[in-house]
Amino acid sequence: MTKSMGSDSSTVIERVERGLSRRYRAEKRFRLIGVGAIILSLFFLVILFGDILIKGLPAFSQTQIKITIFFDPERLPLDKLESADFEALVKSGLRSMFPQVRGRRSKRALYKLVSSGAAYELRKRVLHNHDLIGKTKDLWLIADDELDLLLKGDIARVPGGRFNQQQLDWIEKLERDGNLRQRFNLNFFTSGDSRDPELAGVLGSLSGTVLTLMLTFLLSFPIGIGAAVYLEEFLKKGRFSDFLEVNINNLAAVPSIIFGLLGLGVFINFCGLPRSAPLVGGLVLTLMTLPTIIISSRAAIKAVPPSVREAALGLGASRMQTVFHHVIPLAMPGMLTGAIIGMARALGETAPLLMIGMVAFIVDIPKSFNAAATVLPVQIYLWADSPERAFQARTSAAIIILLFFLILMNASAVYLRRKFERRW
Amino acid sequence: MCTTMKKRLDCNSLNPGAASAVSDEGLNDSNRCQTVGEPLLENPRISCREIDVFYGKKQAINSVSLDIGHNEVIAMIGPSGCGKSTFLRCINRMNDTIDSCRVSGSILLDGQDINRPDLDVVLLRARVGMVFQKPNPFPKSIRENVAYGPKIHGLARNKAELEEIVTTSLQRAGLWDEVKDRLDEPGTGLSGGQQQRLCIARTIAVSPEVILMDEPCSALDPIATAKIEDLITELRDKFTIIIVTHSMQQASRISQRTAYFHLGDLVEVSSTSQLFTNPKHKLTEDYITGRFG
Ligand SMILES: Nc1ncnc2c1ncn2[C@@H]1O[C@H](COP(=O)(O)OP(=O)(O)O)[C@@H](O)[C@H]1O
Ligand SMILES: [Mg+2]
Repeated sequence: MTKSMGSDSSTVIERVERGLSRRYRAEKRFRLIGVGAIILSLFFLVILFGDILIKGLPAFSQTQIKITIFFDPERLPLDKLESADFEALVKSGLRSMFPQVRGRRSKRALYKLVSSGAAYELRKRVLHNHDLIGKTKDLWLIADDELDLLLKGDIARVPGGRFNQQQLDWIEKLERDGNLRQRFNLNFFTSGDSRDPELAGVLGSLSGTVLTLMLTFLLSFPIGIGAAVYLEEFLKKGRFSDFLEVNINNLAAVPSIIFGLLGLGVFINFCGLPRSAPLVGGLVLTLMTLPTIIISSRAAIKAVPPSVREAALGLGASRMQTVFHHVIPLAMPGMLTGAIIGMARALGETAPLLMIGMVAFIVDIPKSFNAAATVLPVQIYLWADSPERAFQARTSAAIIILLFFLILMNASAVYLRRKFERRW
Repeated sequence: MCTTMKKRLDCNSLNPGAASAVSDEGLNDSNRCQTVGEPLLENPRISCREIDVFYGKKQAINSVSLDIGHNEVIAMIGPSGCGKSTFLRCINRMNDTIDSCRVSGSILLDGQDINRPDLDVVLLRARVGMVFQKPNPFPKSIRENVAYGPKIHGLARNKAELEEIVTTSLQRAGLWDEVKDRLDEPGTGLSGGQQQRLCIARTIAVSPEVILMDEPCSALDPIATAKIEDLITELRDKFTIIIVTHSMQQASRISQRTAYFHLGDLVEVSSTSQLFTNPKHKLTEDYITGRFG
């Protein structure tokens, strides 16, 4: 009897042991699969970021040419300074560097090495400082985008393509004399869009993004939280609340282009608000992010333990005091996270903004909510669509900036959650 | 159907010589059971009459009538789910916060109906405080926990007065010596027993007349429990205390009267010593002798 018991129990242990090794194997397998999945996604992430960085980083530097400029008083009459021909100063500067160049054709080929932005630069300097007139100065001026590409190795140094033999010789001479240099492309951060790639910058679309998102946040955060608080804490549960819940969830899944159409129909055609304006963009994005914010805020409110509400109510706090003194502070980290994730989505949104005309070519930097503006993702779309090769690098550079802001927002979501989080 | 029938029988089978089931049912055309013992008092602080509570369609309390005297500690015992908490929550209208819950009957506090439409529930809850089963301090500092009630009711005219209330409340809750050096630390950082005493301090800071306690010791260890029991005994000369408890020893240590609930019926109310030594109802006897529960 005891013997059989003993043998029985030993077989039980053996069986458990056999089962154990099987379980260990299963666990190991599962972990391997998990690690594999992470490696795979990291791999794609590295490819994505690597590709964008490799393509985009060259756009952060810009080629400049040193030209000796004579600020000719004859060409710069003090009374008509605004409309003076500054391009002529650049041209004569170039001609004096290459005195052997003759003929209209060759001269035009020479002028093509410098960007039209060089003349704007001179104009700015002279208007700023009249003392320059009559002086001669060595100035580093912005080079043409194709020369820039050539120096960065994106265009082959063979005659017949973008450059002819004559131009290639000039470039070689400029290089030999140390008259070409690469500098940080500050212009990219201080200018609006332009037809010339070397003059185009992200400041216009960045300002548009900031204005649009600011409005979106100012509207959608309070409205979203208010709606969530009302739905969770005050509305009686029933058919109506179920109906609202289903519809809010539906709204969160509606394709964003439909919000754009709605904005076009309601805000622009019906209310008569201006096209292409951050005002309308903000309103449209508010509609789009509201459901996300409401859903995540409701989840955050639901996660507040009922014991806290009971404690406050039991002390004689009114419902509103309970909500404002206890529930909202405890739910705040979750609400903020939801709001920032919603804003991050709005930051990358393109389709609805196309519908309301934020896709226009806008050179000026928008300074108010009803100025014409575009936003970063739309700028990316516009540049990606441009034929000039130099816009390729700028597209990637703009993507880098967009990703930087996305990372910044998501990091701030994590930070704010940590900061506001309190344990109970 | 079957269960209600059985309940009806149980409910009316008095201990001495339980009569035959058939005749009992025949005698009783309502399914309400008569409370035995002394549920009613001469000069009560709270008097409840024919309280019915429904959660949706389900009845949780059947026509309970009970008086609670001045400066008395009354214990409520009974198996889980018999409606002790539900009854307790009627007295400060905490059941209002549950959508599906309906309460009928009359509850008078010092002769005034607490369900009167012109009575503000805020005022009622300032007069009838509540301590919950699980210690639930706010995730704020100890000081803020105690000061919150007086603040929202405007009981203190200035900071010094508020500080005074905080100090005396913590002293009366027997917590002062343990926390006086760390009033600004979070209340959630205290031990379970300290948290529960903090909750009691928070409740008495509003100077209520009645304190409801729903199994205040069920989450605590024996030493913390003993401290709370001592505290309840001390608080008795100022407050009326209604305490739900799972422990019959606790009920017999701290209460003057004990009420026994069973499936939504108030079966028996007697002085504590009598209920535990000489129960009149068979259900009470079964429960206190541990035959079910
Ligand atoms: N919020 C609620 N919704 C629905 N039914 C409830 C609710 N609270 C309690 N009940 C029911 O009411 C009855 C009494 O519950 P309760 O008063 O909590 O019992 P006790 O405190 O004596 O254990 C139980 O059957 C319980 O299921
Ligand atoms: Mg209970």
